[in-house]
Amino acid sequence: MKSKTAAMAIMGLSTLYFLVPIWWLFVGATKSRGDFSSTAPLWFADFNLGQNLHELVSYRDGVFLRWMLNSILYTGGAALLGTVLAAMCGYALAKYRFRGRELIFNIVLGGVLVPATALALPLFLIFSQLNATNTFWSVFLPSLVNPFGVYLARIYATASVPEELLEAARLDGSGEVRTFFKISTKLMFPALVTIFLFHFVAVWNNFLLPLIMLGNERLFPVTLGLYSWNTQVNQLPELRMLVLTGALVSILPLVAAFLLLQRFWRSGLGSGAVK
Amino acid sequence: MTKKKHLLVFILPFGLLFAAFYVAPIGYAIKQSLYKVTRTGTFGPAHEVFGGLEQYQRVFENGPFWESVGRVLLFGLVQVPVMLGLALLLALLLDSGLVKGRRFFRLAFFVPYAVPGVVAAIMWGFLYSPNLSPFTAVTKNWDLLSADLVLWAMANVVTWVYVGYNMLIIYSALLAIPQEVYEAAKIDGAGPLRTAWSIKIPLVMPAIVLTTVFSIIGTLQLLAEPQVFRTFSSAVSSTYTPNLTVYSTSSIPNFNLAAAFSVVLALATFALSFTFLKFTQRGADK
Repeated sequence: MKSKTAAMAIMGLSTLYFLVPIWWLFVGATKSRGDFSSTAPLWFADFNLGQNLHELVSYRDGVFLRWMLNSILYTGGAALLGTVLAAMCGYALAKYRFRGRELIFNIVLGGVLVPATALALPLFLIFSQLNATNTFWSVFLPSLVNPFGVYLARIYATASVPEELLEAARLDGSGEVRTFFKISTKLMFPALVTIFLFHFVAVWNNFLLPLIMLGNERLFPVTLGLYSWNTQVNQLPELRMLVLTGALVSILPLVAAFLLLQRFWRSGLGSGAVK
Repeated sequence: MTKKKHLLVFILPFGLLFAAFYVAPIGYAIKQSLYKVTRTGTFGPAHEVFGGLEQYQRVFENGPFWESVGRVLLFGLVQVPVMLGLALLLALLLDSGLVKGRRFFRLAFFVPYAVPGVVAAIMWGFLYSPNLSPFTAVTKNWDLLSADLVLWAMANVVTWVYVGYNMLIIYSALLAIPQEVYEAAKIDGAGPLRTAWSIKIPLVMPAIVLTTVFSIIGTLQLLAEPQVFRTFSSAVSSTYTPNLTVYSTSSIPNFNLAAAFSVVLALATFALSFTFLKFTQRGADK
């Protein structure tokens, strides 16, 4: 009994630690600028969320909506396409024997250990040689590559796609690529969702690459946009409420994605981490 | 021949992008780091010439850079064990059968992971500000944004974001332990603490190693949090972490030196993660 109480106490305290800041953000985003600094931070004053949202989306010709759209394109697009590419590569490394297989796998694995931020500066230099910095593609294309996804895909493909099934498909005359898309991806689906989510979060969080690559505000992802507003708060105090409201809005898509996909997320993670 | 063709279809798309956006930048950074910019006379045109290891010599003589390396190492030595210890504790509790409402807790702890590092840092920056913070009892007595404490204030931001994620990885590994193992332990008369210590933790060690490696990489890359905190605290300089140094050096712009910083940082990260992996593998073999 005593240990049950202690366990629940630890869980309760941890819940407060993790959720109070988000509660604070939510409450803060519903207040007017005056109330924000003068009323109790963890409880509501006059409900001003609608007004704040309206200001957020109309400020500077609705640049915030543009940032959200950019983020969804950069992140959703890169994660979706990147997952397919990583899955194909990892699947081939798991299911086919060929010369150089281990070498390729080891190089990709080395890529997992290379910090993404170490790549941002040389990528900028390469893109500037091609006069391609400050474009959508300068952030999108590098974001497609996810070596960790290849690593996970190889593990999952080994574990979840039986050889006999592939043999049977071959006897039926199905081509290898067709078999992959028609059969293997179905078996690997929970794993693919996991890879997708990992990739999604990595791109969503990547800050240095857009910071270095982009000068044009209209191309910013929402993280960089909020950051740039936050650096101006001291000169333009009205931005503070926009930063807070924008922060709240910016985390909603990811929270929603997690809630919707969490079933796959967990089952896929398990098989990846144990191996 | 046909066999080769489908291999190309599978591997080439990823392979080309990997070569273009992973391998090529590394090669290019190494090349850039071996060059230097010189001018003929004071106002003459600038041109790049081969400089050998000159940039690296500058990296090694650069005091602020090594201070920043020391800072993130100190940060990692404290923050990574605290974060992973908390993640392990919460995962074990979730798995222990002592806790009701597991689904809720799992989600509640995981929500901060949905908050991008930049946004989390902005949020906590407000929460630390004495005149806005709801935690006045704390902020009245300690200035969390002062030179002494701001590093640990940032450690808290990183911990807050990543505990739930690491907990989920460890918890998933715990769920994968077959029930028979526990039955055997029960027959041997092992209590819950003993089971956790002698059975669960050793069996989820691979998951803990994985999360540690990712945390080491993350620590050395620390950028978004200090960059954001520069607006809240004057104690965070433009060379506060190695990555900030790279960024501020490249905005001078001194690309050759910045490239050398990048190469040294990547090598250090690689070496640290690799050593840790090897070290734990050797421990497991014994």
